[in-house]
Amino acid sequence: MNIIVCMKQVPDTNEVKIDKKTNTLMRQGVRSIINPYDLHAIEEALRLREKMGGKVTVISMGPLQVIESLKEAVSMGVDEVILLSDRAFAGADTLATSYTLSRAIDKIGNVDLILCGKQAIDGDTAQVGPGIAEHLDIAHVTYVEKIIDIDEKEITVKRLVDDGYQIIKAELPVLLTVLKEINEPRLPSIRGILRSREMDDIPVWTADDLDIDRNLIGLNGSPTQVISVDTPQLDVEARIFEGDYQTQVDCLLKALMEQKVL
Amino acid sequence: MDYFLTEKQKVIVELARRIAEEKIAPVVSKYDISGEFPWEIMKICAQTDMFRVFIPEEYGGLGGGVFEMALVTEELSKVCGGIALGYAATGLGAMPIILFGNEEQKKEYLSRVAEGTICAFALTESEAGSDASNMKTTAEKDGGYYVLNGTKQWITNGGEADIYTVIAMTDKSKGSRGATAFIVEKGTPGFSFGVKEDKMGIRGSTTRELIFENCRVHKNQILARPGFGYIVALKTLDRTRPGVAAQAVGIAQGALNACLKYTKEREQFGKSIASFQVIQHMLADMAMKIEAARSLVYCTARMIDSGADDISRESAMCKCFASDMAMEVTTDAVQIFGGYGYMRDYPVEKMMRDAKITQIYEGTNQIQRNVIASTLWKK
Ligand SMILES: Cc1cc2nc3c(=O)[nH]c(=O)nc-3n(C[C@H](O)[C@H](O)[C@H](O)COP(=O)(O)OP(=O)(O)OC[C@H]3O[C@@H](n4cnc5c(N)ncnc54)[C@H](O)[C@@H]3O)c2cc1C
Ligand SMILES: Cc1cc2nc3c(=O)[nH]c(=O)nc-3n(C[C@H](O)[C@H](O)[C@H](O)COP(=O)(O)OP(=O)(O)OC[C@H]3O[C@@H](n4cnc5c(N)ncnc54)[C@H](O)[C@@H]3O)c2cc1C
Repeated sequence: MNIIVCMKQVPDTNEVKIDKKTNTLMRQGVRSIINPYDLHAIEEALRLREKMGGKVTVISMGPLQVIESLKEAVSMGVDEVILLSDRAFAGADTLATSYTLSRAIDKIGNVDLILCGKQAIDGDTAQVGPGIAEHLDIAHVTYVEKIIDIDEKEITVKRLVDDGYQIIKAELPVLLTVLKEINEPRLPSIRGILRSREMDDIPVWTADDLDIDRNLIGLNGSPTQVISVDTPQLDVEARIFEGDYQTQVDCLLKALMEQKVL
Repeated sequence: MDYFLTEKQKVIVELARRIAEEKIAPVVSKYDISGEFPWEIMKICAQTDMFRVFIPEEYGGLGGGVFEMALVTEELSKVCGGIALGYAATGLGAMPIILFGNEEQKKEYLSRVAEGTICAFALTESEAGSDASNMKTTAEKDGGYYVLNGTKQWITNGGEADIYTVIAMTDKSKGSRGATAFIVEKGTPGFSFGVKEDKMGIRGSTTRELIFENCRVHKNQILARPGFGYIVALKTLDRTRPGVAAQAVGIAQGALNACLKYTKEREQFGKSIASFQVIQHMLADMAMKIEAARSLVYCTARMIDSGADDISRESAMCKCFASDMAMEVTTDAVQIFGGYGYMRDYPVEKMMRDAKITQIYEGTNQIQRNVIASTLWKK
């Protein structure tokens, strides 16, 4: 089983700060971590490898500092990591990002399974996974909570939807985006950490290394333009009713009627 | 204190600390109440390579020794001395094989320990505690086999472990020269498990009887030679006592850490109790004693790993000193917490219960003092 995990490095906070001038994410001063959902994707890949044999490769597009996160993936036990880094990739929206990642996956070749996180905790679009699958012209299943069955040819997964779940069977190769419920990510191992520390030759692929259309990458290839970014103001009034249950219920009813909810 | 750990040792310590803080901390009270064996944590220790640290490289280990085993035990014990024991007692059960195993035995068993197979060491019986020579378990020769009969008592990891080192009498007439050490695997016909003890502390570890009823063990399972059982036991315990000492240091450090937090938060007479000089001095004493014990443990472990042979005295000293220290420090920790310290909702009463065992097992502290005293007039 040849498995690829797409991993994004994100700032370690749910409160992403935005540069008011450029409307982009401000990364300075914030610790970078592996996107939490992607840890689950890595864990699932490692479990599949333990079960079926094969190889796990983690790829990521981003600046050189992402090497730290890739080393963390190595310390968990993945076989290979590749960084896609080039000024030409900068400013990519989800379309350009997924195109670039798909070209790298195409270069790696002979892939059976691609795993992504459900979404990135900073960008939050959940579009990159499906985007990669479309560019590669393969099937994808989002919100996967469990891999029920897998062999060399096909896979059966449980996919969570708003009002229940679906059981989906797909032919390989396929791309899945996974939920946190799918597993509990492992800690690194001592041997993994030692191996990651000794690794000083992590491959960095640039646009020149890929069979790629330069008009479709980076800022040029990104039709999305950020016009403005606003932090929604939460304008909620909270009231606490005290007293015994009866008094509280009476107050609540009165308040709801005043607001014309009832 | 800077102990000049190597890069590898630092990696081991940092990762063991993560296991303790992220994985053990949330389940400490669960296992303290249930008394079940913490398999989920042992699996994490296995997956993170913790069992490899004291196994030679040729058997899948990382080539460390007693020091590395002690470092891991200390880190795990800071959060739970009971759960840490499942790990440390595997070191105890594997040590006879590391020291006395032949090539086949090492290849077969140590590679499994490296992967996380739980081990145990069985010497004690109901009538043979400090006086191990009074043991009643026998192993009678029958062709290429030995037939084991008897009951071992209070064996840590009993029933959970797959690999056991068992000391039994092969020739009663020879007294202490008539004991032999066997490797016995769980599942061997005639080998079963009896009472599981309900304990005061280290409740996250299993302590159980091993019962041998006409249990046939092949002669290839003998460690060293027939008649060498006591030597195997004594040399093993000399090398694992720093593990108990590290457990004691860890428990004490955990208690101090809890106190540092609590004394800042708890207010009486309008101030934090940390502002009272009496409390500060108690904390200073705790910190001093812990560091002194740790230094002795690390020095002893390094001395052992250097290949020194005459180590009984240092091994006894570090175990006795660290465990007495842990009892004092955890008792003071309960005092510092006041009435809350006596309550199950707060962490230190458990640490005090856990600390007590370190003065008792792998030789009581009275026996350790006997050993130390016996060396004082030697030149
Ligand atoms: C409107 C808009 C404008 C943007 N403009 C800019 C900009 O100008 N400059 C800029 O730096 N960023 C910009 N971004 C951010 C960038 O487009 C996204 O961060 C990136 O495309 C990934 O999208 P996402 O964060 O929503 O990931 P999601 O689609 O939510 O991620 C899902 C999964 O896809 C995979 N994945 C996502 N990104 C990567 C990656 N880089 N490498 C490997 N795997 C990955 C991971 O498995 C992840 O769990 C913009 C984003 C938006 C929405
Ligand atoms: C939780 C737990 C786990 C254990 N795990 C293991 C294990 O994995 N494997 C194993 O083989 N054993 C194990 N033991 C047994 C342990 O090593 C013994 O309990 C210990 O050696 C003491 O023996 P005893 O309890 O029979 O005490 P005794 O020998 O009966 O001692 C009673 C008291 O007399 C004192 N005393 C005895 N002899 C002398 C003397 N000569 N001079 C001065 N004082 C003396 C002792 O210090 C003690 O205070 C375990 C015990 C416990 C409680």
